[in-house]
Amino acid sequence: MTNSASDPAAATASSDVHIDVRDVTLQHGDRVIQRDLNFAIKRGDIFVIMGGSGCGKSTLLKHMIGLYEPAAGEILIDGQNFFGAEPDVQLQMRRHWGITYQLGGLFSDMTLAENVALPLQQYTALERDEIRDLAAYKLALVGLAGFEDFHPAAISGGMQKRAALARAIALDPELLFFDEPSAGLDPLSSQRLDELILEIRESMGATVVIVTHELASIFAIANNAVFLDAETKTQLDYGPPRELLHNSEHEIVRRFLARGEIA
Amino acid sequence: MILGYLGSVQLRQFGAEVYVANLVALGMVREMGALMTAVIMAGRTGAAFAAQLGTMQANEEIDAITTLGISPMEYLVVPRMLALIVVMPLLCMLANALGLIGGALVASGMDVSFMQFVNQARSAVSPGDIATGLVKSVIFGLLIGTAGCQAGLQSGRSSAAVGQATTRAVVNAIVYLVIADAALNILYDKLGI
Repeated sequence: MTNSASDPAAATASSDVHIDVRDVTLQHGDRVIQRDLNFAIKRGDIFVIMGGSGCGKSTLLKHMIGLYEPAAGEILIDGQNFFGAEPDVQLQMRRHWGITYQLGGLFSDMTLAENVALPLQQYTALERDEIRDLAAYKLALVGLAGFEDFHPAAISGGMQKRAALARAIALDPELLFFDEPSAGLDPLSSQRLDELILEIRESMGATVVIVTHELASIFAIANNAVFLDAETKTQLDYGPPRELLHNSEHEIVRRFLARGEIA
Repeated sequence: MILGYLGSVQLRQFGAEVYVANLVALGMVREMGALMTAVIMAGRTGAAFAAQLGTMQANEEIDAITTLGISPMEYLVVPRMLALIVVMPLLCMLANALGLIGGALVASGMDVSFMQFVNQARSAVSPGDIATGLVKSVIFGLLIGTAGCQAGLQSGRSSAAVGQATTRAVVNAIVYLVIADAALNILYDKLGI
Protein backbone atom coordinates (compact mmCIF):
# COMPACT_ATOMS: atom_id res chain seq x y z
CA MET A 1 0.00 0.00 0.00
CA THR A 2 2.68 2.43 1.01
CA ASN A 3 5.00 1.78 -1.90
CA SER A 4 2.64 2.13 -4.82
CA ALA A 5 0.58 4.91 -3.39
CA SER A 6 3.50 7.02 -2.29
CA ASP A 7 5.52 6.77 -5.45
CA PRO A 8 5.92 10.43 -6.42
CA ALA A 9 6.64 9.66 -10.05
CA ALA A 10 3.45 7.70 -10.38
CA ALA A 11 1.58 10.41 -8.55
CA THR A 12 2.65 13.27 -10.77
CA ALA A 13 2.05 11.22 -13.86
CA SER A 14 -1.61 11.42 -13.04
CA SER A 15 -3.21 14.68 -14.15
CA ASP A 16 -5.74 14.64 -11.32
CA VAL A 17 -3.10 15.11 -8.63
CA HIS A 18 -3.86 18.36 -6.81
CA ILE A 19 -1.12 18.36 -4.17
CA ASP A 20 2.12 16.47 -4.55
CA VAL A 21 4.38 16.17 -1.51
CA ARG A 22 7.87 15.10 -2.63
CA ASP A 23 10.67 14.06 -0.30
CA VAL A 24 9.69 16.75 2.15
CA THR A 25 11.55 17.36 5.41
CA LEU A 26 10.06 19.63 8.06
CA GLN A 27 12.33 21.31 10.59
CA HIS A 28 12.11 23.88 13.39
CA GLY A 29 15.62 25.25 13.57
CA ASP A 30 17.88 22.20 13.79
CA ARG A 31 15.11 19.92 15.06
CA VAL A 32 13.72 17.56 12.43
CA ILE A 33 9.97 17.12 12.84
CA GLN A 34 9.25 14.89 9.85
CA ARG A 35 11.36 13.69 6.95
CA ASP A 36 10.98 11.83 3.66
CA LEU A 37 7.32 12.65 3.29
CA ASN A 38 5.97 11.44 -0.05
CA PHE A 39 2.32 11.37 -0.96
CA ALA A 40 -0.13 12.81 -3.44
CA ILE A 41 -3.62 14.20 -2.94
CA LYS A 42 -6.07 13.76 -5.78
CA ARG A 43 -8.39 16.50 -6.96
CA GLY A 44 -11.72 16.28 -5.13
CA ASP A 45 -10.35 14.05 -2.39
CA ILE A 46 -11.01 14.51 1.29
CA PHE A 47 -7.55 13.78 2.59
CA VAL A 48 -6.68 13.43 6.25
CA ILE A 49 -3.28 14.01 7.82
CA MET A 50 -3.38 11.91 10.97
CA GLY A 51 -1.05 10.78 13.70
CA GLY A 52 -0.44 11.13 17.41
CA SER A 53 -0.11 14.41 19.25
CA GLY A 54 3.09 16.27 18.47
CA CYS A 55 3.95 14.31 15.32
CA GLY A 56 3.88 17.42 13.12
CA LYS A 57 0.46 17.27 11.47
CA SER A 58 -0.29 20.97 11.85
CA THR A 59 3.29 21.83 10.95
CA LEU A 60 2.91 19.90 7.70
CA LEU A 61 -0.30 21.77 6.96
CA LYS A 62 1.43 25.09 7.60
CA HIS A 63 4.10 24.09 5.10
CA MET A 64 1.39 23.20 2.57
CA ILE A 65 -0.25 26.61 2.87
CA GLY A 66 3.01 28.47 2.43
CA LEU A 67 3.59 29.71 5.97
CA TYR A 68 6.83 27.75 6.31
CA GLU A 69 9.22 26.53 3.65
CA PRO A 70 10.25 22.85 3.77
CA ALA A 71 13.86 22.26 4.84
CA ALA A 72 14.13 19.80 1.94
CA GLY A 73 11.92 18.56 -0.85
CA GLU A 74 8.98 20.40 -2.36
CA ILE A 75 5.22 20.63 -2.14
CA LEU A 76 3.59 21.10 -5.52
CA ILE A 77 0.08 22.46 -5.76
CA ASP A 78 -1.32 22.12 -9.29
CA GLY A 79 2.28 21.39 -10.28
CA GLN A 80 3.52 24.68 -8.85
CA ASN A 81 5.95 25.05 -5.95
CA PHE A 82 4.63 27.94 -3.84
CA PHE A 83 8.09 28.97 -2.67
CA GLY A 84 9.50 28.96 -6.17
CA ALA A 85 6.72 31.19 -7.50
CA GLU A 86 6.72 34.95 -8.04
CA PRO A 87 4.74 37.00 -5.48
CA ASP A 88 1.85 37.63 -7.89
CA VAL A 89 1.64 33.90 -8.65
CA GLN A 90 1.69 33.16 -4.91
CA LEU A 91 -1.20 35.60 -4.49
CA GLN A 92 -3.15 33.87 -7.24
CA MET A 93 -2.47 30.48 -5.67
CA ARG A 94 -3.74 31.74 -2.31
CA ARG A 95 -6.81 33.16 -4.03
CA HIS A 96 -7.93 29.56 -4.61
CA TRP A 97 -7.34 28.32 -1.06
CA GLY A 98 -9.64 28.39 1.94
CA ILE A 99 -8.11 27.75 5.36
CA THR A 100 -9.49 27.25 8.83
CA TYR A 101 -7.15 27.18 11.79
CA GLN A 102 -7.06 25.10 14.94
CA LEU A 103 -7.87 28.17 17.03
CA GLY A 104 -10.24 29.59 14.46
CA GLY A 105 -8.00 32.44 13.34
CA LEU A 106 -11.00 34.78 13.26
CA PHE A 107 -10.13 38.44 13.64
CA SER A 108 -11.37 39.27 17.11
CA ASP A 109 -11.90 42.97 16.48
CA MET A 110 -14.17 42.32 13.50
CA THR A 111 -17.73 41.05 13.34
CA LEU A 112 -18.39 37.70 11.69
CA ALA A 113 -19.63 39.47 8.55
CA GLU A 114 -16.47 41.58 8.41
CA ASN A 115 -14.34 38.46 8.84
CA VAL A 116 -16.04 36.78 5.90
CA ALA A 117 -15.95 39.98 3.86
CA LEU A 118 -12.17 40.42 4.19
CA PRO A 119 -11.11 37.91 1.48
CA LEU A 120 -13.86 39.29 -0.78
CA GLN A 121 -12.46 42.79 -0.33
CA GLN A 122 -8.95 41.55 -0.93
CA TYR A 123 -9.59 39.56 -4.10
CA THR A 124 -12.75 40.89 -5.79
CA ALA A 125 -13.96 44.19 -7.15
CA LEU A 126 -17.45 43.70 -5.76
CA GLU A 127 -19.39 46.66 -4.39
CA ARG A 128 -19.73 47.08 -0.65
CA ASP A 129 -23.40 46.02 -0.64
CA GLU A 130 -22.64 42.95 -2.72
CA ILE A 131 -19.85 41.95 -0.36
CA ARG A 132 -22.12 42.40 2.64
CA ASP A 133 -24.84 40.26 1.00
CA LEU A 134 -22.35 37.59 -0.02
CA ALA A 135 -20.87 37.47 3.49
CA ALA A 136 -24.35 37.04 4.95
CA TYR A 137 -25.05 34.26 2.43
CA LYS A 138 -21.85 32.41 3.34
CA LEU A 139 -22.66 32.70 7.03
CA ALA A 140 -26.16 31.36 6.32
CA LEU A 141 -24.60 28.40 4.47
CA VAL A 142 -22.88 27.34 7.67
CA GLY A 143 -25.96 27.94 9.81
CA LEU A 144 -25.02 31.36 11.16
CA ALA A 145 -27.76 33.50 9.63
CA GLY A 146 -28.55 36.35 12.00
CA PHE A 147 -25.07 36.34 13.58
CA GLU A 148 -23.50 38.74 11.08
CA ASP A 149 -22.92 41.50 13.63
CA PHE A 150 -21.59 39.28 16.40
CA HIS A 151 -17.93 39.33 17.34
CA PRO A 152 -16.09 35.97 17.62
CA ALA A 153 -15.81 36.26 21.41
CA ALA A 154 -19.60 36.45 21.68
CA ILE A 155 -20.29 33.04 20.10
CA SER A 156 -19.49 29.45 21.06
CA GLY A 157 -16.45 27.48 19.94
CA GLY A 158 -18.50 25.43 17.50
CA MET A 159 -19.98 28.57 15.98
CA GLN A 160 -16.50 30.06 15.69
CA LYS A 161 -15.40 26.99 13.73
CA ARG A 162 -18.38 27.42 11.41
CA ALA A 163 -17.69 31.13 11.03
CA ALA A 164 -14.09 30.30 10.12
CA LEU A 165 -15.46 27.85 7.55
CA ALA A 166 -17.69 30.59 6.12
CA ARG A 167 -14.62 32.79 5.70
CA ALA A 168 -12.68 29.89 4.16
CA ILE A 169 -15.36 29.34 1.50
CA ALA A 170 -15.93 33.05 0.82
CA LEU A 171 -14.12 32.86 -2.51
CA ASP A 172 -15.40 29.39 -3.51
CA PRO A 173 -11.92 27.86 -3.17
CA GLU A 174 -10.61 24.87 -5.08
CA LEU A 175 -8.64 23.73 -2.09
CA LEU A 176 -9.77 23.72 1.52
CA PHE A 177 -7.46 23.18 4.48
CA PHE A 178 -8.73 22.42 7.96
CA ASP A 179 -6.49 22.29 11.00
CA GLU A 180 -8.16 20.20 13.74
CA PRO A 181 -11.70 21.29 12.84
CA SER A 182 -13.30 19.15 15.56
CA ALA A 183 -10.91 20.10 18.36
CA GLY A 184 -12.84 21.18 21.44
CA LEU A 185 -16.25 20.39 19.97
CA ASP A 186 -18.86 18.05 21.41
CA PRO A 187 -19.65 14.94 19.31
CA LEU A 188 -22.81 16.41 17.80
CA SER A 189 -21.17 19.69 16.82
CA SER A 190 -18.27 17.70 15.43
CA GLN A 191 -20.64 15.55 13.40
CA ARG A 192 -22.46 18.66 12.11
CA LEU A 193 -19.12 20.14 11.05
CA ASP A 194 -18.21 16.92 9.22
CA GLU A 195 -21.54 17.05 7.38
CA LEU A 196 -20.89 20.68 6.47
CA ILE A 197 -17.47 19.78 5.08
CA LEU A 198 -19.04 17.02 3.00
CA GLU A 199 -21.80 19.34 1.75
CA ILE A 200 -19.29 22.01 0.78
CA ARG A 201 -17.07 19.49 -0.96
CA GLU A 202 -20.11 18.22 -2.90
CA SER A 203 -21.33 21.69 -3.86
CA MET A 204 -17.94 23.19 -4.74
CA GLY A 205 -16.00 20.14 -5.82
CA ALA A 206 -13.09 21.33 -3.75
CA THR A 207 -10.17 19.22 -2.60
CA VAL A 208 -10.16 19.06 1.18
CA VAL A 209 -7.13 18.51 3.41
CA ILE A 210 -7.86 17.95 7.08
CA VAL A 211 -5.51 17.62 10.02
CA THR A 212 -7.20 15.55 12.69
CA HIS A 213 -6.92 12.58 14.98
CA GLU A 214 -10.68 12.30 15.50
CA LEU A 215 -11.39 8.75 14.37
CA ALA A 216 -15.10 9.35 13.86
CA SER A 217 -14.35 12.18 11.45
CA ILE A 218 -11.62 10.22 9.69
CA PHE A 219 -13.91 7.26 8.94
CA ALA A 220 -16.92 9.47 8.18
CA ILE A 221 -15.43 11.74 5.57
CA ALA A 222 -11.91 10.81 4.44
CA ASN A 223 -11.13 9.15 1.10
CA ASN A 224 -7.44 8.95 1.82
CA ALA A 225 -5.11 9.56 4.72
CA VAL A 226 -1.46 9.68 5.62
CA PHE A 227 -0.20 8.59 9.02
CA LEU A 228 2.71 10.56 10.51
CA ASP A 229 4.71 8.93 13.26
CA ALA A 230 6.34 11.01 16.00
CA GLU A 231 8.86 8.31 16.93
CA THR A 232 10.35 7.54 13.52
CA LYS A 233 9.67 11.12 12.34
CA THR A 234 8.27 10.05 9.02
CA GLN A 235 5.09 8.82 7.36
CA LEU A 236 4.34 5.20 8.10
CA ASP A 237 1.45 4.58 5.76
CA TYR A 238 -0.83 6.21 3.23
CA GLY A 239 -4.15 5.14 1.73
CA PRO A 240 -7.91 4.88 2.42
CA PRO A 241 -8.48 4.82 6.21
CA ARG A 242 -10.50 1.57 6.24
CA GLU A 243 -7.83 -0.20 4.23
CA LEU A 244 -5.19 1.07 6.60
CA LEU A 245 -7.24 -0.14 9.54
CA HIS A 246 -7.33 -3.71 8.23
CA ASN A 247 -4.26 -4.03 6.04
CA SER A 248 -1.57 -1.63 7.16
CA GLU A 249 1.72 -3.39 7.67
CA HIS A 250 2.42 -1.10 10.62
CA GLU A 251 0.88 -2.20 13.86
CA ILE A 252 0.83 1.34 15.26
CA VAL A 253 -1.31 2.52 12.34
CA ARG A 254 -3.82 -0.30 12.84
CA ARG A 255 -3.88 0.31 16.60
CA PHE A 256 -4.33 4.06 16.08
CA LEU A 257 -7.28 3.53 13.76
CA ALA A 258 -8.78 0.86 16.03
CA ARG A 259 -8.28 3.09 19.07
CA GLY A 260 -5.78 0.61 20.49
CA GLU A 261 -8.29 -2.23 20.57
CA ILE A 262 -6.37 -4.64 18.35
CA ALA A 263 -2.90 -5.99 18.68
CA MET B 1 5.69 71.79 37.82
CA ILE B 2 8.75 69.92 39.12
CA LEU B 3 11.03 71.93 36.86
CA GLY B 4 9.29 75.10 37.98
CA TYR B 5 9.61 74.25 41.65
CA LEU B 6 13.25 73.16 41.54
CA GLY B 7 14.16 76.06 39.26
CA SER B 8 12.45 78.61 41.48
CA VAL B 9 14.21 77.35 44.59
CA GLN B 10 17.63 77.60 42.95
CA LEU B 11 17.08 80.82 41.03
CA ARG B 12 15.68 82.59 44.09
CA GLN B 13 19.16 82.40 45.65
CA PHE B 14 20.36 84.72 42.87
CA GLY B 15 17.23 86.90 42.83
CA ALA B 16 16.45 85.58 39.38
CA GLU B 17 13.13 83.83 39.99
CA VAL B 18 11.64 85.25 36.81
CA TYR B 19 14.02 83.10 34.76
CA VAL B 20 12.16 80.05 35.95
CA ALA B 21 9.93 80.73 32.94
CA ASN B 22 12.92 80.30 30.60
CA LEU B 23 13.86 77.07 32.32
CA VAL B 24 10.38 75.61 32.24
CA ALA B 25 9.50 76.80 28.74
CA LEU B 26 12.72 75.67 27.08
CA GLY B 27 12.84 72.47 29.10
CA MET B 28 9.31 71.56 28.16
CA VAL B 29 9.23 72.43 24.46
CA ARG B 30 12.70 71.13 23.61
CA GLU B 31 12.92 68.11 25.86
CA MET B 32 10.44 67.13 28.51
CA GLY B 33 7.22 67.49 26.53
CA ALA B 34 8.33 65.04 23.87
CA LEU B 35 10.19 62.71 26.22
CA MET B 36 7.52 62.44 28.92
CA THR B 37 4.82 61.92 26.30
CA ALA B 38 6.94 59.24 24.70
CA VAL B 39 7.56 57.41 27.98
CA ILE B 40 3.83 57.40 28.73
CA MET B 41 3.00 56.27 25.19
CA ALA B 42 5.64 53.52 25.38
CA GLY B 43 3.94 52.17 28.50
CA ARG B 44 0.46 52.60 27.14
CA THR B 45 0.45 52.26 23.36
CA GLY B 46 3.71 50.39 22.75
CA ALA B 47 2.62 47.76 25.25
CA ALA B 48 -0.86 47.67 23.73
CA PHE B 49 0.56 47.10 20.23
CA ALA B 50 2.72 44.25 21.49
CA ALA B 51 -0.18 42.67 23.37
CA GLN B 52 -2.58 43.01 20.44
CA LEU B 53 -0.20 41.61 17.86
CA GLY B 54 1.09 38.94 20.24
CA THR B 55 -2.46 37.79 20.94
CA MET B 56 -3.17 37.78 17.21
CA GLN B 57 -0.09 35.62 16.77
CA ALA B 58 -1.24 33.22 19.50
CA ASN B 59 -4.75 33.03 17.99
CA GLU B 60 -3.37 32.34 14.50
CA GLU B 61 -4.90 35.59 13.25
CA ILE B 62 -1.59 36.67 11.73
CA ASP B 63 -1.32 33.31 9.96
CA ALA B 64 -4.83 33.93 8.62
CA ILE B 65 -3.88 37.40 7.38
CA THR B 66 -0.75 36.05 5.71
CA THR B 67 -2.57 33.22 3.95
CA LEU B 68 -5.23 35.63 2.74
CA GLY B 69 -2.39 37.23 0.81
CA ILE B 70 -2.42 40.35 2.98
CA SER B 71 0.91 41.67 4.24
CA PRO B 72 0.88 41.90 8.07
CA MET B 73 3.27 44.83 7.69
CA GLU B 74 0.84 46.79 5.53
CA TYR B 75 -2.31 45.71 7.33
CA LEU B 76 -1.20 45.73 10.96
CA VAL B 77 2.05 47.65 11.34
CA VAL B 78 1.82 50.61 8.96
CA PRO B 79 -1.55 51.93 10.27
CA ARG B 80 -0.29 51.75 13.83
CA MET B 81 2.93 53.58 12.95
CA LEU B 82 1.02 56.26 11.05
CA ALA B 83 -1.35 56.71 13.99
CA LEU B 84 1.57 57.29 16.34
CA ILE B 85 3.31 59.67 13.92
CA VAL B 86 0.14 61.78 13.70
CA VAL B 87 -0.79 61.66 17.37
CA MET B 88 2.60 62.09 19.02
CA PRO B 89 3.18 65.76 17.99
CA LEU B 90 -0.37 66.60 19.07
CA LEU B 91 0.14 64.96 22.44
CA CYS B 92 3.53 66.64 22.71
CA MET B 93 1.91 70.05 22.18
CA LEU B 94 -0.70 69.21 24.81
CA ALA B 95 2.06 68.13 27.21
CA ASN B 96 3.95 71.37 26.50
CA ALA B 97 0.88 73.45 27.23
CA LEU B 98 0.08 71.57 30.44
CA GLY B 99 3.72 71.74 31.55
CA LEU B 100 3.83 75.50 31.00
CA ILE B 101 0.60 76.01 32.89
CA GLY B 102 1.93 73.89 35.73
CA GLY B 103 5.21 75.85 35.74
CA ALA B 104 3.30 79.14 35.78
CA LEU B 105 1.23 77.97 38.75
CA VAL B 106 4.33 77.01 40.72
CA ALA B 107 6.10 80.22 39.75
CA SER B 108 3.10 82.31 40.81
CA GLY B 109 3.59 80.94 44.30
CA MET B 110 7.18 82.22 44.21
CA ASP B 111 6.52 85.86 43.44
CA VAL B 112 6.48 85.51 39.64
CA SER B 113 3.07 86.56 38.34
CA PHE B 114 1.28 84.58 35.66
CA MET B 115 1.70 87.35 33.07
CA GLN B 116 5.38 87.78 33.94
CA PHE B 117 5.83 84.06 33.41
CA VAL B 118 4.02 84.15 30.06
CA ASN B 119 5.97 87.15 28.79
CA GLN B 120 9.29 85.70 29.89
CA ALA B 121 8.46 82.32 28.36
CA ARG B 122 7.44 83.94 25.06
CA SER B 123 10.73 85.80 24.86
CA ALA B 124 12.70 82.65 25.69
CA VAL B 125 11.13 80.21 23.25
CA SER B 126 11.45 80.49 19.48
CA PRO B 127 9.43 78.57 16.87
CA GLY B 128 12.63 76.60 16.22
CA ASP B 129 12.65 75.39 19.82
CA ILE B 130 9.06 74.18 19.46
CA ALA B 131 9.94 72.46 16.18
CA THR B 132 12.85 70.57 17.73
CA GLY B 133 10.50 69.07 20.30
CA LEU B 134 7.88 68.18 17.70
CA VAL B 135 10.47 66.53 15.45
CA LYS B 136 11.62 64.51 18.45
CA SER B 137 8.04 63.44 19.17
CA VAL B 138 7.61 62.13 15.62
CA ILE B 139 10.84 60.12 15.86
CA PHE B 140 9.86 58.86 19.30
CA GLY B 141 6.50 57.76 17.87
CA LEU B 142 8.27 55.75 15.20
CA LEU B 143 10.51 54.11 17.79
CA ILE B 144 7.62 53.24 20.12
CA GLY B 145 5.66 51.77 17.20
CA THR B 146 8.69 49.80 16.02
CA ALA B 147 9.38 48.37 19.48
CA GLY B 148 5.71 47.47 20.07
CA CYS B 149 5.00 45.95 16.68
CA GLN B 150 8.31 44.10 16.52
CA ALA B 151 7.77 42.53 19.93
CA GLY B 152 4.19 41.59 19.04
CA LEU B 153 5.00 40.03 15.66
CA GLN B 154 7.93 38.11 17.14
CA SER B 155 5.88 36.89 20.09
CA GLY B 156 5.51 33.19 20.78
CA ARG B 157 2.12 31.51 20.67
CA SER B 158 1.27 31.34 24.37
CA SER B 159 -0.14 33.74 26.93
CA ALA B 160 3.21 33.78 28.74
CA ALA B 161 4.92 34.73 25.50
CA VAL B 162 2.46 37.58 24.98
CA GLY B 163 3.32 38.89 28.46
CA GLN B 164 7.03 38.69 27.69
CA ALA B 165 6.47 40.47 24.38
CA THR B 166 4.64 43.28 26.15
CA THR B 167 7.46 43.72 28.68
CA ARG B 168 10.04 43.62 25.90
CA ALA B 169 8.14 46.27 23.94
CA VAL B 170 8.18 48.73 26.85
CA VAL B 171 11.80 48.11 27.85
CA ASN B 172 13.05 48.30 24.26
CA ALA B 173 11.01 51.44 23.56
CA ILE B 174 12.43 53.26 26.59
CA VAL B 175 15.99 52.25 25.70
CA TYR B 176 15.41 53.43 22.11
CA LEU B 177 13.98 56.71 23.43
CA VAL B 178 16.94 57.46 25.68
CA ILE B 179 19.45 56.71 22.93
CA ALA B 180 17.50 58.64 20.30
CA ASP B 181 17.02 61.62 22.62
CA ALA B 182 20.73 61.82 23.36
CA ALA B 183 21.57 61.47 19.67
CA LEU B 184 19.08 64.16 18.66
CA ASN B 185 20.37 66.58 21.29
CA ILE B 186 23.92 66.09 20.02
CA LEU B 187 22.68 66.55 16.45
CA TYR B 188 20.79 69.74 17.34
CA ASP B 189 23.88 71.05 19.08
CA LYS B 190 26.07 70.32 16.06
CA LEU B 191 23.55 71.98 13.78
CA GLY B 192 23.25 74.95 16.12
CA ILE B 193 19.49 74.53 16.46
